[in-house]
Amino acid sequence: MSEQTSNPMREAIQGAISENRVILFMKGTPEAPACGFSARTVAILQSLGEPFAAVDILPDPRIRQELSSLSNWPTIPQLFVDGELVGGCDIITEMYQSGELQETLGIDGATDESPAPESATVPEAPPISIENRL
Amino acid sequence: MTDDPQTATPEELQSRIEATIPGARATVTGDGHHFMAVVSAPAFDGLSRIAQHRLVYDVFGAEVGERIHALSIQTNTETDR
Repeated sequence: MSEQTSNPMREAIQGAISENRVILFMKGTPEAPACGFSARTVAILQSLGEPFAAVDILPDPRIRQELSSLSNWPTIPQLFVDGELVGGCDIITEMYQSGELQETLGIDGATDESPAPESATVPEAPPISIENRL
Repeated sequence: MTDDPQTATPEELQSRIEATIPGARATVTGDGHHFMAVVSAPAFDGLSRIAQHRLVYDVFGAEVGERIHALSIQTNTETDR
């Protein structure tokens, strides 16, 4: 039984987080979010035009189990930037409104250049969907 | 309106938050499954938002996502108010 020493699921999640600068663990996909909190978080990222990797946690309950034990965060969605947990829907929404999210993502002048487009008109940067091998 | 002991209430969540986090004041709304908690506490001073929210989630442990289906959190330090 090598089960205690190796944990492929945990390693796959850690790998995905370190390989993708911006990665969102969510319910459903960016095209078809399965939960309002995930949908809102996707909408915020898309309105900033920031490409992001997305992982659907629904297909296998172990994804969420391992993710939450890794991140010490109980709810979904979870956004990671540069390997660090930034937050879930509440924190992302607050940070978006205060401009901190744009800072964290390294988006400059998002607020002073153009007066914040209400709706993302051109979905310019399609999110990278990382294949759900988890 | 249900008295099902399984069902969480905003009052229960509020008193548990206030009993667990020293000096916390909480306002909780919700329908028994989805809740919104606005919490202020001196314990939040100097903590990142992530750490502040973790303190609140920690009050309920594994109940979050199960009995408490969803818990939205907004935290304020005492000095914010």
